[in-house]
Amino acid sequence: MKLFNKFSQHLTNLLPIIAIQQIKNEWIITVLPEHLLLSMNFLKKHIGLQYSLLSCISGVDFLGKDYRFCVSYDLLSLTFAQRLRVKAFLNEITPITSVVSVFPCANWWEREVWDMYGIFFENHPDLRRILSDYGFEGYPMRKDFPLYGYIELRYDENHKRIVAEPVEFAQEFRYFDFETPW
Amino acid sequence: MVIKKDQLVKQLKSFTINFGPQHPAAHGVLRLVLELNGEIVERADPHIGLLHRGTEKLIEYKTYLQALPYFDRLDYVSMMAQEQTYSLAVEKLIGIDVPERAQYIRVLFCEITRILNHLLAVGCHAMDVGAMTPMMWAFEEREKLMEFYERVSGARMHAAYVRPGGVAQDLPMGLLDDIFQFVEQFPLRLDEVEELLTTNRIWKERLVDIGVVTAQEAIDWGFSGVMLRGSGLPWDLRKMQPYDVYEKVEFDIPVGTNGDCFDRYLIRVEEMRQSLSIIRQCLNLMPKGPIKTFNKKYTNPSRIEMKQSMEALIHHFKYFTEGINVEPGETYAATEAPKGEFGVYLISNGSDRPYRCKIKAPGFAHLQALNNMAKGHMIADVVTIIGTQDIVFGEIDR
Repeated sequence: MKLFNKFSQHLTNLLPIIAIQQIKNEWIITVLPEHLLLSMNFLKKHIGLQYSLLSCISGVDFLGKDYRFCVSYDLLSLTFAQRLRVKAFLNEITPITSVVSVFPCANWWEREVWDMYGIFFENHPDLRRILSDYGFEGYPMRKDFPLYGYIELRYDENHKRIVAEPVEFAQEFRYFDFETPW
Repeated sequence: MVIKKDQLVKQLKSFTINFGPQHPAAHGVLRLVLELNGEIVERADPHIGLLHRGTEKLIEYKTYLQALPYFDRLDYVSMMAQEQTYSLAVEKLIGIDVPERAQYIRVLFCEITRILNHLLAVGCHAMDVGAMTPMMWAFEEREKLMEFYERVSGARMHAAYVRPGGVAQDLPMGLLDDIFQFVEQFPLRLDEVEELLTTNRIWKERLVDIGVVTAQEAIDWGFSGVMLRGSGLPWDLRKMQPYDVYEKVEFDIPVGTNGDCFDRYLIRVEEMRQSLSIIRQCLNLMPKGPIKTFNKKYTNPSRIEMKQSMEALIHHFKYFTEGINVEPGETYAATEAPKGEFGVYLISNGSDRPYRCKIKAPGFAHLQALNNMAKGHMIADVVTIIGTQDIVFGEIDR
């Protein structure tokens, strides 16, 4: 607990942090989207932190919240063998600053988040979709996007090509939500 | 309008070529748009996602146990390493300990997996570059290792053996003896492969000084695993942030000096030798005892128990229908998979399904740097670089 206070005090003195947590021995800080680039740059270059390697960027959709999207950056300090997660919360219309200028490897991770969640990254050098099909519409990882999607593809013997059609189910998609007594 | 000949400005455009999506050297479905100047690569633009199956989305609709087999199918040459990462993430969220025997079994099979992966990596890399024989030999050894997989789990590849809370079942009789037999003869096979490659003039000409990555670049591009160590950074999660029983076994981390493809090849071969040493230690240290936690809320009871006790039957039923309930929280578990840092970012909202499961695939970060690594090299070197990155599309496209 003492260590928690010291490290968190230190960080909150240095950075514009809105929340700092420790879950399962992992440090998590939350910053405003406008302070993200600054904070990431600082965390990377500060001699006492040196979070120089960006492991991954993940988007999360908390459907129903005011700021429904969370973009979380997993940082790794090779010098101190420490990890840190930086989070920023935003909604459908607020963009977030790209960190490609600080971490070059953020490029594809941000493209993935854009592809899957439709979170727009400002100043990104090449914001194309990455994992979904050419010409795909919608953001599949959002919680309001159905698991089975909207279109299905099949080969049409008459047209001799692949055609896209709206999905049809012989049986409704079933989702079992058990009330747990445990 | 007439254009006079001297008014014409010749515009030299680079030649664009489509490499893949079905190309034997692309290690799967990689579509690579290469801009060439003669035979020199000016820009490489990988188009990925042709094997995208929406694993992360599917996992959100599965219970914690049902989500496990998806991890075999990510990087389909290092299966158990990924199961282990997922299991560690779930265990961390629940806060349960795993019995020592299970931990040893995990480490044992994790290292078998590492050999499995590196054999394929070196073998296929050699084949891409033109040496056919090492691959044949590597696949023969892989077959023996997959037999161990089969004996322990029933499946050659997609094992679903490492589960949250332990492993699925105990080792069958005599398996450890046979693994010992394998460990005894395998260094000889490795020597044979090395004899063909390490000092081979053609192999060296194709690999030395190709795809050089400096240590700073490796950090900037988010590399991990062999790609990071090849550039001279002694970073291995098994040593730096040990999980399971890696603290109790001794091994060395091979580190490269030049950061080129040849160094990475040498590291892979040396890692196989280190893995053998770890396997040998696991065989010697393998304790007796349970292979699952006793907390039956998180693991299924044994078959005999289930047939005799009502309580166990209920647990069995609840475990396989409803699954396990994980308290709300989030965690990022990372392990040293054969290809690099494989991470699982798991968010739980207290229900029996993961709210979000982000999979951090090492190959994703590596392939991203292909453009920078291949720039200025010949088109044939692109194949070498793809080989050295050890790309598998199951994990990149997810």
